[in-house]
Amino acid sequence: MREKKIIDTNTFDWPIILIYTVMVLFGWFNIYSASWNESTGSIFDLTKNYGKQFLFICISAFIAIFWLFLDHKIFNLFSYGVYGILVALVISVFVLGKEVAGNKNWIPIGSFNLQPAEFAKYGVSLALAKFLGTPDARLKDKNTLRMALAIFLIPMALILIQKDTGSALVFLSFSLVLYREGLSGIWFIMALCAIIIFILTLYFGSIWVSGIFAAIALLFYIFSSRRKYLTWPVLLVTIAVIGFSSSINLIMDNVLKDHQKKRILVTFGLLEDLKKEGYNVHQSKIAIGSGGIIGKGYLQGTQTKLRYVPEQHTDFIFCTIGEEWGWIGTMILLILFVTLIARVYYLAERQKNRYNRIYANCVGSILLFHFTINIGMTIGLVPVIGIPLPFFSYGGSSLIGFTVLLFTLIRLDATRSTEMSTLKDMY
Amino acid sequence: MSEGSSRNQSLMISVIAIGFVFAIRLFYLQVIDTSYVDFANANSKKILTIHPNRGLVYDRNNKLIAFNDNFYDLMISYPFALKNFDTIGFCEILEITKTDFIKRLKKADKTVYKGSAVFYKNLEQYKYAALQERIYDFERFYIDIKTDRKYKTNAGAHVLGYIGEISKKQLEAQDEENYYSKADFVGLTGIEKYYEKELRGVKGEEVILVDSRGRQQGNYSKGKYDKQPIAGLKVSTTLDLTLQEYAEKLMQNKMGSVVAIEPSTGEILTLVSSPGYNPDDLSIRNKRKNYGKLLTDPTKPLFNRAVTAAYPPGSVFKLLNGLIGLQEGVIYPETSFPCYRGFSIGHLHVACHPHPPNLDLRGAVANSCNAYFCNDFREILENPKYKSTREAYINWKDYMLQFGLAGKLGSDINFESKGNIPSPEFYDKMHNGKWGFSRLISLSIGQGEILITPLQMANVISTIANRGYYYTPHCIRRVDDKPAIPKKFKEKHRIKIDRQHFETIVEGMAGTLLNGTATGVRIDGIEICGKTGTVQNPHGKNHAVFMCFAPKDNPKIAIACIVENAGFGGTWAAPVATLMIERYLKKVDTTSRPDLEKRLLNAYFLSKLKPSDTLRIKFIKDSTRKAKNDSTERKRKNNNNKAENLPLNRDLVLNKDEREENN
Repeated sequence: MREKKIIDTNTFDWPIILIYTVMVLFGWFNIYSASWNESTGSIFDLTKNYGKQFLFICISAFIAIFWLFLDHKIFNLFSYGVYGILVALVISVFVLGKEVAGNKNWIPIGSFNLQPAEFAKYGVSLALAKFLGTPDARLKDKNTLRMALAIFLIPMALILIQKDTGSALVFLSFSLVLYREGLSGIWFIMALCAIIIFILTLYFGSIWVSGIFAAIALLFYIFSSRRKYLTWPVLLVTIAVIGFSSSINLIMDNVLKDHQKKRILVTFGLLEDLKKEGYNVHQSKIAIGSGGIIGKGYLQGTQTKLRYVPEQHTDFIFCTIGEEWGWIGTMILLILFVTLIARVYYLAERQKNRYNRIYANCVGSILLFHFTINIGMTIGLVPVIGIPLPFFSYGGSSLIGFTVLLFTLIRLDATRSTEMSTLKDMY
Repeated sequence: MSEGSSRNQSLMISVIAIGFVFAIRLFYLQVIDTSYVDFANANSKKILTIHPNRGLVYDRNNKLIAFNDNFYDLMISYPFALKNFDTIGFCEILEITKTDFIKRLKKADKTVYKGSAVFYKNLEQYKYAALQERIYDFERFYIDIKTDRKYKTNAGAHVLGYIGEISKKQLEAQDEENYYSKADFVGLTGIEKYYEKELRGVKGEEVILVDSRGRQQGNYSKGKYDKQPIAGLKVSTTLDLTLQEYAEKLMQNKMGSVVAIEPSTGEILTLVSSPGYNPDDLSIRNKRKNYGKLLTDPTKPLFNRAVTAAYPPGSVFKLLNGLIGLQEGVIYPETSFPCYRGFSIGHLHVACHPHPPNLDLRGAVANSCNAYFCNDFREILENPKYKSTREAYINWKDYMLQFGLAGKLGSDINFESKGNIPSPEFYDKMHNGKWGFSRLISLSIGQGEILITPLQMANVISTIANRGYYYTPHCIRRVDDKPAIPKKFKEKHRIKIDRQHFETIVEGMAGTLLNGTATGVRIDGIEICGKTGTVQNPHGKNHAVFMCFAPKDNPKIAIACIVENAGFGGTWAAPVATLMIERYLKKVDTTSRPDLEKRLLNAYFLSKLKPSDTLRIKFIKDSTRKAKNDSTERKRKNNNNKAENLPLNRDLVLNKDEREENN
C-alpha cells in the first residue's frame, strides 16, 4: 500500500473551482461598477462596498483552501453539531439581532453584520445528508419523512418569524432533495397544479375557474367508462380545486402582507405600480433592457449607476450585468450558472456514498432556487423575493456561506476519488 | 437506469429549461424590445442649458464697461426632508449656526418657486468650493450658477440699462427662434435691451446624467453630445467713459441731464440723467434690494431725464427762430430791432435784461435779447408770403420737425419721449380759432407750450454745429470689433436752411462766450459756440440750460445741459458743459478752472423738491414705467397749465437772476 498523500490536488473538481473563481471575480467587478462614479477611488477601498467585497473574497479564498485541507470525515462527524450551532445562531437573532429596514435578521459583529440565515442552509444540508445518508433511512417511512421535513422546516419557520421571507423560502429547495431521494412526485405535480390554479384565479377570478373546472370534471365523469370508481376522487378533487380557488382572495388579503400581494399582482401584470411595489422590477427591466445586445460597456451603465435600481449591488446585481454587458453578458452568466448547477447535480450522481450524494443534491438545489428566483425577479418572471444571486451579490454572509457550501462539496467529492484509488490499490 | 438517476436527470433538465426560459426572456428584453432604451434615456438623461456669457460692453476708447460675473445660489429642491442629513457638517461649511439653519429652512419653505427655493443667496467663493465637493452628501441641495453683470464704472447706468428675468409676456411674445425659456435673463432696458440679440450669444447644451433622486451625476458619454455655448458679441458703445464719469460727477447733487454728441457722426459721447444710480445697484443680485428704494426715491433716479423729460427749451430756442427768420428772408444778419428793456404788444410785455443797444442778429444771439427774437418771430408769423398766421405757423413748425422736434428721434436709448410743438389745431381749440402772433409770443423765446427733451436739444445743437444736418443720435459703435451701426443711424437728415445762415448763428453763439451771456466760462485755446437759456419754472427756481459745441470749425463735440431748479444757464449749466469740453478736447484729467469745478461739485440743488412731490411718489408702486409716465404727464400738465395762464399773465418777466447775470 502506497503512502497516503495528505492532499492530491488532482482529485478536486477543477471545473467547479474555475467557474466559482470566474463568478466571484466577475461579481466583484460588477459591484464596483454598480457603485462607480467619476470620483470613485480604488477598487480596494475598504470603506466602500466593493472594497469590503474584496475582503470577503479574501476570507472566502482562505476558507476555501482551508476547507480543501480538512479531513472529509469531519463533515460527517460534525453534521448535527454544525446544524445545532447554526440553528442556535438563527435563534440568537431574536436576542442579538440588529434592526435593518424594519427587519431583524442581522447580528452585528464589529462593523460587519452576520446574517445567520445564509449559513443555516449549510447546517441543514449537512444534517439532511447525515440523516438521510444512514443506510436504513427510507423516505417512504412516515417517521423518516417527518424527521427530514423537520430538519429544514424548523429553521425555515424561525427565519419566517424573523420576517426574512426570501431567505426562508430558500429552504423549500430541500424538497427537491427529498424528491431525488424518493419522495413521490405527486406532491410536486400538486404544487404545480396549485400554482396554475392560483395564477388562473388571479386572472379570471375564482367563479370562472371553479365553474369551468367543475364543468370539465362533470364532462370527464359523464364520459368516463369507469364511472363508479371515479365518483369520489372526481368529487374530492373538484371540491379541493373550488375550495382552493375561492380561498385565494382570502389568502391574498389575510395571509400575505400588502406589499407581497402587490408584488405578485405586479408580476402577473395585474397591477401597475411603477412608483412603489412595481418600481424595482420596472427599473430593473429598464436597466437590463437598455443594455441591448452588447451592453453599454463596463462602468458605462447609467441606470444602475444612477441608482434607479434599488439594491443594485446586492439582490439586483444582475441589472448591472444586463446593462453593461448586454445580452452577450447575460448569456455568459446563464451558461455559467446552468453549467455550475448541472455540474453539481452531475457530481451528486457520481458519489459512491449516500451522505455525499444527498449533500451534493442539497447544494445543487439551493443554487437552483437562488438562481431561478433572483434572475426571475429581475426580469419580471417571478415576484420580487429578496434573495441574493450566489457568488455575485454583495454580502459577506452570502459569499462566505456559499463558498463553504460549495467547497465542502468539492472536498467530499475529492474523497470519492481517493476512495476509488484506495480501492484500486487494494486490488 | 435507477429511479434515483432518472430523477436526477429531471432535475438536470429543469436546470437547463429554466436557463432556456431566461435566455429567451432576456433576448426579448434586450434585443427585441427596444422601448427600454427610451425608458432609460428618459430616466437618466437630462439636457441642461448652458447659458453663454453675455457680450461685454466697451466704451468708444475700448475701455471695458460691463462684464460678467458668476454667482452661486444654494438651492433646495422640494419635497425636502431632513432625514439622515448631516446638519453639523453642512452648517460648518456655510458657517451658519443651527438656529440660522432652521430659520433659513423656514424661509425657504415660504418662498418655494417651481419646486425649489433659495437657501443661501450669493455664496462666497470659498464656501462654494467647499460645498461643491460635498454637494452629493446633501441630498436635495444644489447650486445654481447664474451670470450677472458687473461694471467697471459707476456711471452710465441709464445708457447701459440692466438685465433681469424674462417676463411671462416677453416669453409668449418671443419670435420663432424661441430662444428664451423660463427664468432666462434678458436685457430689460438700455443697451442691454436694444442690443439683446448681439449680446445674448448662443446657448449651449449639456447632456447630463441624473440619478433616481434627481441629482446630477456628471456628463453623458464624457460630454460627447454637449454643445458649447457661444459667448455674446462684444458691443462697443459710443460713450466716452471718462467723459461720462466726469459729467456724472459734475452733475452730482443736481437734478437734470447732460447729453454730449459727436456732431459729425451722431454718436452719443455722454448721456447723464441726474440723480442717477450705480449700474451695479440693478444687477441681478442687487436689484431686489435696491429697486424699490430707487423707485420710491423722490428724486426718481430711475427716470431717464435725458430722453424722457421734456422741458420748455428757453432762450436756446432763439437759435432756431433766428435760423428760420434768416431762411424765410424776414431778417438778415444785419437786421436790428429796438429793445426797450423788453418787447411790448398790446397789453403784453416781454421783459429783457440790460445789454448793449442796437444789436444785430449775432449780437442778439450772444446777448439773448428777448425783444429781438419777439420781433423776429413776429416777422416769421406775419410773413406776407403766407396767407395767414396759421399757414406761417405750419411752415415754422415744419422747420421744427426737420430738427427732430415734436417726435421721437429714434435713437437706441429707450423711453424717448416726443416732446411737443403744438399743432395749429391745438391753438384753434385753445383760442376758439382766432389766434395770431400775440398769442404765441412766448414761443419766440422758447417758453410756452413747446417741450424739448435734452436729447433733442443736443441733437439741435449738433445740427447747428454741422451747419445743417444731423445723424440720429445713437450709442452703438461697433459690434464684435466691426462697425455695425444700423442703417438708420447712417442716414443724413438735412435741414432746409442754407449753410450761410447757420454760419451767422454760429458766429452769434461764439459771441455768447466772448461778449455775451456766458463770458465767464471762456476757455483759452478752445473756441466754444454756445447759448445760454433760463427756463421759467412755475414750481420753483428756474432751470438752467446751456447748449454749445466746440471747436467752432470742424466741431468735435456738442453738448446740451440742463440743471433743474438751479438758476440761470450761464452760471450753472454752462460750466458743466465747458468743463466737459475742456476735458474732452484737451484730453486732460485736470481743469484750468479748478475753482469753477469746485463750485459745481459743491453745489446742491436736490433739496428744492417740494414735500408734495415726495407724497405723490409714495403712491407710485407699480413700476418705473408708471413713474415715468406719471412724471412726463405732470410736466406736460404743468406746461399746459402755464400755457393756459399765459395770455392772462401780464408779466412774462425774465427772472431777476438773469438780469443780474448780464450785469
